[in-house]
Amino acid sequence: MTKPKLAVWKFASCDGCQLSILDCEDELLAVADAVEIAYFPEATRSVVSGPYDISLVEGSVTTPHDIQRIQRIRKGSKVLITIGACATAGGIQALRNYKNVKEFTAAVYARPEYIDTLDKSTPISDHVFVDFELRGCPVNKYQLVEVLSAFLNGRKPNTPAYSVCIECKRRGNICVMVSQGTPCLGPVTHAGCGALCPAYNRGCYGCFGPMETPNTASLTNEWTQHLGVSSPDVMRAFRSYNAYAESFRKEAQNHDNG
Amino acid sequence: MTTFLLEREDFPALLKTLTDAGYQVIAPTVREGAIVYDEIESIAELPIGYHDEQEAAFYRLHPTKDKALFSYVVGPQSWKRFLHPPEVRLWQAKRVEGGMEIVPNTQAVPRYAFVGVRACELHAIAIQDKIFMQGEFVDPIYQARREAALIVAVNCGVAGGTCFCASMHTGPQVTSGFDLALTEVLEDGRHYFVVEVGSDTGKELWKDVPHRKAKPEEAAAAQHIIEHTAAHMGRELDIDGLPEIITRKIESPRWETIAQTCLACANCTMVCPTCFCNTIEDVTDLTGGSAERIRKWDSCFTMDFSYIHGGSVRYSTKARYRQWLTHKLATWVEQFGTLGCVGCGRCITWCPVAIDITAEAAAIRQSDDGKGK
Ligand code: SF4
Ligand code: SF4
Ligand code: SF4
Ligand code: SF4
Repeated sequence: MTKPKLAVWKFASCDGCQLSILDCEDELLAVADAVEIAYFPEATRSVVSGPYDISLVEGSVTTPHDIQRIQRIRKGSKVLITIGACATAGGIQALRNYKNVKEFTAAVYARPEYIDTLDKSTPISDHVFVDFELRGCPVNKYQLVEVLSAFLNGRKPNTPAYSVCIECKRRGNICVMVSQGTPCLGPVTHAGCGALCPAYNRGCYGCFGPMETPNTASLTNEWTQHLGVSSPDVMRAFRSYNAYAESFRKEAQNHDNG
Repeated sequence: MTTFLLEREDFPALLKTLTDAGYQVIAPTVREGAIVYDEIESIAELPIGYHDEQEAAFYRLHPTKDKALFSYVVGPQSWKRFLHPPEVRLWQAKRVEGGMEIVPNTQAVPRYAFVGVRACELHAIAIQDKIFMQGEFVDPIYQARREAALIVAVNCGVAGGTCFCASMHTGPQVTSGFDLALTEVLEDGRHYFVVEVGSDTGKELWKDVPHRKAKPEEAAAAQHIIEHTAAHMGRELDIDGLPEIITRKIESPRWETIAQTCLACANCTMVCPTCFCNTIEDVTDLTGGSAERIRKWDSCFTMDFSYIHGGSVRYSTKARYRQWLTHKLATWVEQFGTLGCVGCGRCITWCPVAIDITAEAAAIRQSDDGKGK
């Protein structure tokens, strides 16, 4: 039996999600056993040509060239799975979506006229059909292995879309909102990290993006009315790794006073 | 009923008796600014001299002037964590020649001694006993842990800001379901416990703990403390005819109002000592050579909870909040013959946006005119 061919692609991103694959260590050997790693420049220089059974895509679309490239990748992949906040929501670089990109390129590059970039950083699913989106900044390596196992075995991945609070309570953390008055995005954030930040006494930063039914207005009302959080800080909390995800985008907008 | 007297300095002897009898002692202890239940090795690990201030969406620990061992109420966790664990592997399977082989779970059953169990919590355990151990389908994980467990209860010397056990008739006095029950008394420079024995196991163990009979005035002092607690509940809930009212008001506009605030975060169901819902996750390894079935706490606030072919039945937060409240305060009665709430106040304290089950139930009651809607 031939092994399924796996390819890993990079778009605009920090490589952190690809590193999560390499960070799988024990599981990585099992992955290499179960699939043929056909294209993964971060890990190996050898390239096996397509088509591919599974393509993992990291990063967001930020250039006209990206748009062409993702079309080609889609055509050459049976299953396309996007991994991480950049690929699923546009990433931290989607902060440009709220500003004029020309101003950035003018400030950063000596010859901005050489820069060919789009106004907006957008998720892969804005451009091609995506079979599955795995959230996180970066993705959780156990979830990544879980998604691969699920696709290889033809079953549904266990990556629930409920709140981080559920994982937080299962883990036995003490709620930082209630016991310390620390603003936490857990109630509106998609589970997946295992409530990492609250376990270390911090509020959730929303790395996994919006949960299934995020009531951001009620949460931020509690923050501003009872926890003393200012409106600009609410905006900053929602405008981070998942700034361009719809419900976070809207909530930030509601607190954007200039 | 005979009551006994345990001096504060003999309390360590009680813990030692439990350990010597082979129990793992689980008791209140302070962690990250809250009181949790965890294994303790000495009395010093109890929250000595701590009081918990509780309000809706608010919890803070403060030092007290005295050195009481139990001058606080319940924290975010409950004994459910130990009897019905948040995550447990049910079984594994391995692919073998021509089929598969089930590998049953062979984890040893822990023998817990729960120290500091409150009256509301005893009622919650009794409710979960019905859920998991009565009828046709018995949960072997719960049953094994439950039957091995020993309970040292404590009568509450103070009521918390979100407590309402008195109106639920579930406290503050423990009445049944314990092996030993203590009431802590600090008075006139003395510090002692008035003790009741509630089972044969309790009686056996009690023999090894230094004690004497309580004098009538000592027993009376203990009783007075419990009465004082009962009179100072942080909240109340009028349950008279409540199941009927709630069932009648299933279309009340109040559900929509509360859904504006509710985050559907599920904290209330996670902290509730009677909520029992769980979900099953089947996982395979990459090669498909082995599989596991894992059980995890779940909640009626998630979309998947009511997912059937084509979508979720309780799509709106309104429908989900209504499910929670009607289950706790109405339909639970049909299902299990009691209410599903024991008035512990956890869901109020630990709701990040201060939703209060007593206030919601009262609002539904108030809007009731005996007719529908
Ligand atoms: S700490 Fe954050 S994630 Fe955890 S229960 Fe509280 S609000 Fe939810
Ligand atoms: S519904 Fe709330 S008050 Fe009632 S038992 Fe559950 S957590 Fe406690
Ligand atoms: S209130 Fe919800 S989570 Fe709790 S037992 Fe009922 S259905 Fe289950
Ligand atoms: S009532 Fe509170 S704790 Fe429960 S789901 Fe709604 S917001 Fe979360």
